[in-house]
Amino acid sequence: MYGTGILKGLGVTLKHFVDTYIEDLRWLGRKRYGSPEGIAHRASKGSRGIFTVQYPEEKVPLPEEFRFIPFLVYDEGQEGEKILRCTSCGICAKVCPPQCIWIVRTTDPSTGRPIPDPAEYYIDADICMNCGLCAEYCPFDAIKMDHNYELASYKRMVFDKETLAKPAAYYESIRPINATAENAARAAKVAARAGKME
Amino acid sequence: MTTPTPTQTLDLAARFPGCVTPDERPGYSGWIVPANKLIEFAAALRDEFGYDLLSSVTGVDYFPEDRMEVVYHAYKTTGGAGLVFRTQTPRTSAEVPSLVSLYPGVELQERETWDLLGIKFNDHPDLRRILMWEGFSGHPLRKDWHEAYFEEEGKPFKNRWPVGKIIQAEDVNPFNDNIAYPPGFDAKKWIPEGDAALYGALAKYETSDETGLNTDHIVVNMGPQHPSTHGVFRVAVILDGENIVSLKPVMGYLHRNHEKIGERNTYLQNMPYTDRLDYLSSMSNNFGYALAVEKLINIAVPERADYIRIMMAELTRISNHCMALGALFNDLGTFFTPLIYLLEERELILDIFETVSGSRMMCNYFRFGGVARDLPEGTLEKIRGLAFERLPRKIDEVDRFLSENEIVRARCIGQGILTAEDAIKYSATGPLLRASGVPYDIRRADPYGIYDRFEFDVVVRQNGDIYDRYMLRLEEMRQSVRIIQQAVKGIPEGPIQTGKPQYQVRVPAGEVYGRIEGPKGELGFYILSTGKPNPWRYHVRAPSFINLTAFGPMCIGQKIADIVAILGSIDIVLGETDR
Ligand code: SF4
Ligand code: SF4
Repeated sequence: MYGTGILKGLGVTLKHFVDTYIEDLRWLGRKRYGSPEGIAHRASKGSRGIFTVQYPEEKVPLPEEFRFIPFLVYDEGQEGEKILRCTSCGICAKVCPPQCIWIVRTTDPSTGRPIPDPAEYYIDADICMNCGLCAEYCPFDAIKMDHNYELASYKRMVFDKETLAKPAAYYESIRPINATAENAARAAKVAARAGKME
Repeated sequence: MTTPTPTQTLDLAARFPGCVTPDERPGYSGWIVPANKLIEFAAALRDEFGYDLLSSVTGVDYFPEDRMEVVYHAYKTTGGAGLVFRTQTPRTSAEVPSLVSLYPGVELQERETWDLLGIKFNDHPDLRRILMWEGFSGHPLRKDWHEAYFEEEGKPFKNRWPVGKIIQAEDVNPFNDNIAYPPGFDAKKWIPEGDAALYGALAKYETSDETGLNTDHIVVNMGPQHPSTHGVFRVAVILDGENIVSLKPVMGYLHRNHEKIGERNTYLQNMPYTDRLDYLSSMSNNFGYALAVEKLINIAVPERADYIRIMMAELTRISNHCMALGALFNDLGTFFTPLIYLLEERELILDIFETVSGSRMMCNYFRFGGVARDLPEGTLEKIRGLAFERLPRKIDEVDRFLSENEIVRARCIGQGILTAEDAIKYSATGPLLRASGVPYDIRRADPYGIYDRFEFDVVVRQNGDIYDRYMLRLEEMRQSVRIIQQAVKGIPEGPIQTGKPQYQVRVPAGEVYGRIEGPKGELGFYILSTGKPNPWRYHVRAPSFINLTAFGPMCIGQKIADIVAILGSIDIVLGETDR
């Protein structure tokens, strides 16, 4: 009979609609909206009924590996000065696919030798394709991918060294697992070198 | 399972004494055929030796030598390795005979080669530009062609380090000054004669008066901005009443010369660019490209990485088919409901991609000799949950709700038929080919990775209509779930990368063609290396593009409203079609 297809189709939508409320009833007493558990449940294999997340009131939790425009990691010195980990070795500028990293190396004025500290460091954030290769191949854990994706702007975004610099503590907060592993590896390297010196 | 064909070494040199010679340059393989013997050679290949599927055609510019080559890759639909043959022609007057009469599937590819490399194909029925526009000057893939703001032949560019001079692309390449016109071309006075040529290439206007009425054929342009063309894509149709008399796809609106960019990039830098080809299945694109380069540098992949790759590729197939089916139903007029429900499953798959690679769609996850990183904790559990619990249930749901739906059946069964012979003739691959009754799946016909260890069926349907393409994709999703289930069970512990991760790979000189069974069809990468850090030639055999060759023939005789459904059933992504 003609028309059953349409009715059946509407039934599917209706079921989905009703499922949302059944699920709400099951969550009575717990927060299903605007809470991390609620969001996680809606994005899980057991999700039923409403599936969407009400951005910007709710935000999907980001996995550790999530990547957006890179930033430069700095450690804090004794007087609170910012010490960039970057040695201006240039690997990130070489590996960057759209070539949006510009680095000016510092040279010692007296000897003319390069100093491992960038004089200038730019990333053209509008050209950056968020590929993450710079962070992957930097040998000094000096450049990492950020989690901040809310960058919409009317202006052209060319980030300089100051804008790009973020503290190591921030890095550890967004990527705890990676940061711990890297810190351990660096500490082991330092220890190994110290061992060799003796 | 395909039975392995007995390996008989082809002695084509004996079949064509004195003219066809094996290619003995180091790193090359196949046969060199003189242009005047090309047609005869191709005919023998098809009719005597059974190479019925001419999969890929492309050109190579050997600048500064005065030589260009057209490279062909032919396969048998019964399976097995392929055959490469090439023909050489002087660069200054590049001309070779067209193979359209023997293998109509090369029509769009020959047009592309003409457009981008300036190699003329004699006797091609419709040799026009295809990706570039008529007022474009030159052939951009020729090595001496440079874009308006040209920096250097190869990356990395020298002025980034150690004294980086910041350049903003828009300052050096201002709008309006970035175009070079052919000599004598005045953009203000130009009347798009391309359109006249386009309509001329369609069937001629005719009046018919069988019924006593004088009717004129009319030309209708669908697109380039049209909700059912899945992107900026145009279809020029000649109609007799509501019936389609002739149809030509018009594309190139999203063209960015992926291949030229690829030839500037280093091998590794290309990986994230492949994500942007078919942006719905970036993991598969990565896979194909990684395979091709790995063949060249001859590097093995550790077992765990192989398993991860297969899981990712099959998840991609499912998410792609979710999109393809959802979009097809949109085109049939269901107005988003099935699409949005299918998107839920795709979202869950993209969540997995995001945890492993950091990005939902632009995954950039494969590396030469492995993958970028191991599965983070808990990911395997997530994949298991999807593969064993959720996806099978949801696929059955779609099947239950839609396969028997009267509107779906009425609009799909018997529409847009492509016979098996035609599908092969038009070099169709993937679901399009298999829905026409040809059991050709590269995962079985010419296995790559570790697909030979998995149990799954090559899904085939016999009628070659829209409905069969729908059913086939649904069944393929089930088979992909099967593969993922086996992979989740069998995945071993171990390293995920051979050797140390390197940002500069040394690629020996030579050529390679790597291909995979992508969700949309055969995705091939042809790479020619001269031993330098950047590939000399980098070509993508895009299934979305080549499957469109069959689009026109499939539509003839159908009603205009069926165009969108037929296009939806081919499943194209314009990022890959236009490259
Ligand atoms: S960020 Fe890393 S790779 Fe880039 S210059 Fe600094 S140290 Fe080298
Ligand atoms: S993320 Fe990729 S594109 Fe962006 S700066 Fe790093 S290497 Fe370049």
